[in-house]
Amino acid sequence: MDPASDSHSVPSENFSEERPGQTRDADSEPSDPQKWDWLEASPGKLAAGLFFGLVFGFLLQKGGVAKFDILIGVLLLENFIVVKVMLTAIIVGMIGSYFLRRMGVVELQINETKYGANVIGGLLFGIGFGLLAYCPGTNAAAVGQGNLDALVGVVGLLLGSYLYALSSKFSSGTASRWGKRGKLTLPEIVGISQGRFVAIAAPVLAAVLLLLEAIGF
Amino acid sequence: MKLQACLLTMVLLWPATAAQGATDLPTPYPYPEPAWSPYLVGLLIGILVLSTLALAGKKIGASSAYSDAAGMIGRLMAPNHIATLPYYQESKPMIGWTLTIVLGVIMGSFLAAWTGGELTGTYLQDMWIARFGADSGLLRTSVALLGGALMAYGARMAGGCTSGHGISGTLQLAVSSWIAVICFFIGGIATAMLMYRM
Repeated sequence: MDPASDSHSVPSENFSEERPGQTRDADSEPSDPQKWDWLEASPGKLAAGLFFGLVFGFLLQKGGVAKFDILIGVLLLENFIVVKVMLTAIIVGMIGSYFLRRMGVVELQINETKYGANVIGGLLFGIGFGLLAYCPGTNAAAVGQGNLDALVGVVGLLLGSYLYALSSKFSSGTASRWGKRGKLTLPEIVGISQGRFVAIAAPVLAAVLLLLEAIGF
Repeated sequence: MKLQACLLTMVLLWPATAAQGATDLPTPYPYPEPAWSPYLVGLLIGILVLSTLALAGKKIGASSAYSDAAGMIGRLMAPNHIATLPYYQESKPMIGWTLTIVLGVIMGSFLAAWTGGELTGTYLQDMWIARFGADSGLLRTSVALLGGALMAYGARMAGGCTSGHGISGTLQLAVSSWIAVICFFIGGIATAMLMYRM
């Protein structure tokens, strides 16, 4: 379907893997930033990204999750709109991706499990989320609908990303090494087939949504 | 590590001190209603993520757009410095799939708000004003800046954000994503409770 995807089969998130062995090579052969490309994928693929992003942003705004009040309300456990959006998407997606994978249409696209980095990074992210009120995706949606404080969010996000890149020079990813388990899925750790897992998890998540409605949310 | 611990303490104390002069929010707070049902939006987002996986072989994410953008600004200002950073050597800052997704999100959200008559143009949002007052612009700026920075740092460490982990990863049943998203909410709930309800 898409021949261009081969050129980038290495996910960018896999940084901090097998670093020490490569450092020497990188030093003896310094990469020239002038020779780095500016486009990571073909223009067609980037246009597709723009289109999918446009649909995503439209849905986020219509779902109310670009709104400051709704997002803070979710974190205060006073409304559950984000939870409803996410759980519905997860239920649809987990059933859909199960069948699409069986048909060979999609491949698993997940990140490695690193217990230390997932937990510490996740908590730091959460504190930042509470402070800013928007997450990276909804911050972009908030910019689109005209929330001017989200522009400060953009500056903060750029700054934090740079600080992470800067710290990658000193830390060599100590925390991100704890509990590395590779690309692990829930059915694998539970020890049942993916089909059976989805057959149990989808109704359980649907029951959570029904329960929320039943108690008045 | 010591620096990180200091930063963390500062961050945890900040909302508490900021809330000193704050007014109590009404209970229950009058939250706005979304234009569309969250179940419909969730269904469509689920289909959207499946479509990108099937058609483009890519996940929908957001946070790495900011690290690519930061790196590209760096490439224009100080290319040699950027080239010395291991993170950017590994993941070269370029105009990629996720960056175009985020640009699309801005445009799509604008269209949705425009067609729904929900364009805002406000710096301080209603709930913030109800809590911290209409003259708290400086506080909002510092909190948003700090929040954005912490969030991006955490996302890079955890390997994704509420889109990449929270939706695309969880629906593929990735263990990393479920752990990350649970931690996102633990951190977020604790911070929001301290800032708005204490």
